[in-house]
Amino acid sequence: MKSGGEKFIYRRPESLQDVPTHYCPGCGHGTVHRIIAEVIDELGIRERTVGIAPVGCAVLAYDYFNFDVTEAAHGRPPAVATGLKRVRPDLIVFTYQGDGDLAAIGTAEIIHAANRGEKITVIFVNNGIYGMTGGQMAPTTLVGQATATSPRGRDCEETGPPIKVCEMLAPLDGTDYIARGALDTPAHTRVLKGYIKKAFLNQVEGRRFSLVEALSPCPTYWRLTPQDSLARIGAEIIPHFPLGVIKDEE
Amino acid sequence: MKENTTIEPALFCGNEAIGEAAIQAGCRAYFGYPITPQNELTAYMAKRMGEEGRVFIQSESELAAISMVFGAAAAGERAMTSSSSPGVSLKQEGISYLAGCELPAVIVNMSRGGPGLGNIGPAQADYYQSTRGGGHGDYRTPVLAGASVQELADLTFLAFDIADRYRTPTLILGDGILGQMMEPAVITHPEPTELPAKDWTLTGSRGRPPRSIKSLYLGPGELEAHNRKLQEVYRTISETEVRWESLMTEDASLVLVAYGITARICREVVFRLRKEGLPVGLLRPITLWPFPDKAIRELSRTAEKFLSVEMNFGQMVDDVRLAVNGNCPVEFFGHGGGEILTGAEIMEAARGHLPR
Repeated sequence: MKSGGEKFIYRRPESLQDVPTHYCPGCGHGTVHRIIAEVIDELGIRERTVGIAPVGCAVLAYDYFNFDVTEAAHGRPPAVATGLKRVRPDLIVFTYQGDGDLAAIGTAEIIHAANRGEKITVIFVNNGIYGMTGGQMAPTTLVGQATATSPRGRDCEETGPPIKVCEMLAPLDGTDYIARGALDTPAHTRVLKGYIKKAFLNQVEGRRFSLVEALSPCPTYWRLTPQDSLARIGAEIIPHFPLGVIKDEE
Repeated sequence: MKENTTIEPALFCGNEAIGEAAIQAGCRAYFGYPITPQNELTAYMAKRMGEEGRVFIQSESELAAISMVFGAAAAGERAMTSSSSPGVSLKQEGISYLAGCELPAVIVNMSRGGPGLGNIGPAQADYYQSTRGGGHGDYRTPVLAGASVQELADLTFLAFDIADRYRTPTLILGDGILGQMMEPAVITHPEPTELPAKDWTLTGSRGRPPRSIKSLYLGPGELEAHNRKLQEVYRTISETEVRWESLMTEDASLVLVAYGITARICREVVFRLRKEGLPVGLLRPITLWPFPDKAIRELSRTAEKFLSVEMNFGQMVDDVRLAVNGNCPVEFFGHGGGEILTGAEIMEAARGHLPR
């Protein structure tokens, strides 16, 4: 509260550093960073949180978050998080991973961290493309979507269909919370924040593996405007990746 | 209270001796994946780490195991993984990241025959991989090569100290024989050495600015500066941590150079040839990197010839030649593929190289 009855209704969370990011205009990473920072502030856990940054567009996350962050080899954040959390159970450990990191090269690590019931939180940002390397096909790229490595559109006959990570992990007994949200509308973004808060709260309360997937726009490599990118999430992506809490063991 | 040190000699296989020494050295977390011939170490840690209330995980792969080590090391805890040749190839990804991120860790390679799946026999075919960094990028890792069960244990204590002192992944290199053979050993923690405070760990940012651990440097000149810093550390290690043992080299015309189990056999060869009055000696590198090149160069002023004896087709011989630098001939004897060298064939080779 400021004097004179003025009230801040929006300000930079303490868990975010006061620096510009390198993200493209209309990218979803900035919003997801902010949601995580708000949640960590609200739970009062900033000083005992350690984040694991991925290889991908969010590789520089340690320059933006205002708490301890380490890098990890491509796809290995769940293994790094496992090592860290097991030796320091008092810490709040989360991984921040894209679809290439988590659903392609890191498939073994995410499945086994989930199956072991590691007491970690996973934030999975799914924009269906490899952004950092120039727009290649990801495991979550939609059928028919043209990318640098699927120039004629993704063909299921050659590549298989897009992987549904949440639905793949939910049957594993080690997982306590699995949810999928989206960034396409303010309403969806608020719901996503609720999922992410729950996924961190679970860890604070000692529950096992929690994962939240965020359907996120990549205007640059979708070759769309930021507005059209958000519209595409609602029109094309959500029908394939349905939103909601997929599993909640509480 | 549990007695934590073994005073009387007890029988250990090499794999178990490393495990017991690691536990006494304060290893807080062990991550492993099954592969022969190092399985006794994973099994030992599964049993003992649980008893000690420490962390043991059988990982889904060697890639995951080394990344779990990375995570535990980032929190500032002593961590170890072990494997054998094909598995250590997979661990190279993580070893490169550990080196780039300046994180201490201990990696054990009980090496076996290669290339590829090879076999489960003893081999020294991973010398190049161990001493040249192994993974991508311009880095080195200290490599400690024991020749007995006792020494494997002693070097395990040293490996954790070197890793912490220089913030570097550190290798213990053995082979299928050393890992499996049983000998009496006394495993006790040596006098603790003073190590630098770990003021870089990720343990939550309470009361301090946030920290990051990374090997990514994108700004102009930043990565070169980071590499120069690493090279400075490697230079210090090269000057400070070289270890070797010499046997009857003072008057030797022919100096055998061998490490690990091969040095154990060469030692017997030297004793036997000396009984025949033949002037043979042995130089045994204990650190393969840093290599005892100064000691070898010094000997090259008096010796007439060096014979590098290895359980492979000639790898360490390159380092011996670099050290001798043309002062005298350097020859090689050895073979590989999971077959051990016999004393008889080494004796015959040595005789053939002795000045007539």
